[in-house]
Amino acid sequence: MSESVQFNIQVGNDLTWNVAPLLHEVKHALKKLIDDGKTSIIDLRSIPLAPGEEDTILQTLGQGEVHARLDALGPSEIIETQYSGVWLITHYNADDEIISRFIEVTNMPDILNSQKEDVAEAYGRLAATLENPELQNN
Amino acid sequence: MSEIEFLEWVRGPGFEIATVIFIAGVIIRLLEIVILGRKENLAEAKGSEMSSGLRTIVTRTIPDKGAFKRSTFTIVAGYIFHIGLFVTIFLFAPHILLFKDVIGLSWPALPTPIVDAFAVVTIITLLAILIHRMRDNVLRFLSTKEDYLVWMLTILPLITGYMAFHRIGMSAPTLLAIHILTVELLLVAFPFTKFMHAFTIVLARWYNGAISGYRGVES
Amino acid sequence: MTDRSSDKEKTLGDALRSQGVSRRSFLKFCAATASMMAISPAMIPKIAEALEKARKPSVIWLSFQECTGCTESLTRAHATTIENLIFDSISLDYHHTLQAAAGHAAEEAREVAMKENHGEYLLVVDGSIPMGDPGYSTIAGISNYDMLMEAAEGAAAIISVGTCATYGGLPMAKPNPTGAVSVGDLIKDKPIINVPGCPPIPVVITGVLTHFLTFGAIPELDHIGRPMVFYGQSIHDRCYRRPFYDKGLFAETFDDEGAQKGWCLYKLGCKGPTTYNACATTKWNNGTSFPIEAGHPCIGCSEPRFWDGGGFYKALSMPTQDIGKTAVYTAAGAVAAGVAIGGLNKLTKSGAAAAHDKTTIDDLEKE
Repeated sequence: MSESVQFNIQVGNDLTWNVAPLLHEVKHALKKLIDDGKTSIIDLRSIPLAPGEEDTILQTLGQGEVHARLDALGPSEIIETQYSGVWLITHYNADDEIISRFIEVTNMPDILNSQKEDVAEAYGRLAATLENPELQNN
Repeated sequence: MSEIEFLEWVRGPGFEIATVIFIAGVIIRLLEIVILGRKENLAEAKGSEMSSGLRTIVTRTIPDKGAFKRSTFTIVAGYIFHIGLFVTIFLFAPHILLFKDVIGLSWPALPTPIVDAFAVVTIITLLAILIHRMRDNVLRFLSTKEDYLVWMLTILPLITGYMAFHRIGMSAPTLLAIHILTVELLLVAFPFTKFMHAFTIVLARWYNGAISGYRGVES
Repeated sequence: MTDRSSDKEKTLGDALRSQGVSRRSFLKFCAATASMMAISPAMIPKIAEALEKARKPSVIWLSFQECTGCTESLTRAHATTIENLIFDSISLDYHHTLQAAAGHAAEEAREVAMKENHGEYLLVVDGSIPMGDPGYSTIAGISNYDMLMEAAEGAAAIISVGTCATYGGLPMAKPNPTGAVSVGDLIKDKPIINVPGCPPIPVVITGVLTHFLTFGAIPELDHIGRPMVFYGQSIHDRCYRRPFYDKGLFAETFDDEGAQKGWCLYKLGCKGPTTYNACATTKWNNGTSFPIEAGHPCIGCSEPRFWDGGGFYKALSMPTQDIGKTAVYTAAGAVAAGVAIGGLNKLTKSGAAAAHDKTTIDDLEKE
């Protein structure tokens, strides 16, 4: 027999009944963003989800117009879902394993912004590079 | 002793001790009753003892009208908590596993939330029965220490079982161990107290039917 | 090992920046840490602030009677940059499995670290300590007991990693040939954080270390010293198969229809109801799965004495001894005794009748 082993694990929908409440929480977070301009972050690792339920949530949220990739201590994926203001941030380690996953309801996830410490450090570095005599000749 | 050690003691030696005392006690007491026997009745038998006796075991389940009017609460509450005990002990999945391990038989279980509801009703009923016993003048006068002890040993497994299932108050292994311990206390006290009515009720009802049947009258 | 003299005075934030870790990467690290420690994402800025200012504590790791599973569990992070970062945020001054030094140099490093950081270093212990004979387990000729007592004296806090160090574990299982005891059995005057598990989930180990770094204090502990944040819930309470338990749908064997449908494993001996750990939510291998999800009942590996817990495949409601034989012998004995006693009673009764004894209230009330 050359067929691979089939694992017949059938799992019903909404086993933990956490899918709908979580999506409702996203809806409420969007309202808060509209009314008060407040950001909300939901940690997807903090709620027990049965196999397949996280996929259902991600499928419902879908993919929107923005797809950013971060390369900081391993890759991170930041996408705006099909619902504007609802961002999905997935952090991977260097082995492409997921280490954390957040739904951030905001205008712009903070991690996409350039950080002021990095900007300060960049200014110093660029200034040093420009003082390099080789560059000055061009 | 750590909580897991406590749990393993009640699941191991504790259960063995309780079962031995229970089985030995019940068998010895029943044999004592049967062997002591009845006085020989020298009158001629006018009807069948056995058929009347067996029938009475079943028919006494229905209370007679007079008794029902006099002790309505006792009879109704009594039925409720006995049915509740039956459901919580014999129709709860983890308990059926225990029986399967000990006597080799198993049967279908009721869904757990239903058993949970029965447990709550039974606990409330038992509390009401205690209050009734303490407030009614005649009952209070008749009650002995043993009556209160038996009541306590009946309600403790229900309360600790409910707490263990819902994990109220203490850590899970400790709650489960305490629940099993209360059941073992009940088993140990069983042959020495009025718990024996669980078995003697059959003998008593049979006897009532038999003496009536022997005389050829309705029982 | 990192050069201790240069970054001893640096804060964690400075140390990371000097390694070229951008602020953005640091934020990613803090987010992952918050997720790991089950802290609300709203606290991420606070964590960033705290870690930024934290100073690298010295950590001494002592391994006693252990299988090295706990170290292995932790270093599954060999390529995981986040865990590496945590290791970089501590100064691991002694770990005889991981360190490059050996022999006298290694022991000297330990003694120097202990002296320089007296009263401030973190002591991490895995493995149990044999009290039967000090020779059962030694490091560099020093018995585990002596090494533990010496190291504990100058420690700020002790973290016991793995069920062996927290509760005795496998060496302590019957008949305990080495006289193994746990760290908590020996040390009574220092704060001890118990991180049990066989092994503990890697993020739980690093989470506790990080909590200590972030807040400079011990997390809230339960009645047997485990951090509530990871050990506050039983597996049963967070198990995704719980609806099947409640409905009474159980797998009876390992390959039957119930098992394939993912039904509850209570009947197969699952110790989930009496076990406290984070397996059901945090899971293993970065959230991939955990034993119950893989189809095997929980063995209760973060509870004390779980090895002697009545068998991994015996359901919790079943008695652990074989009752059948005992019951039959008891019944047989009881029948014999009952007949004998009954006979004696009859003799007493007929004797009393022949002697025309009066019947008293006592006779009637006797049970």
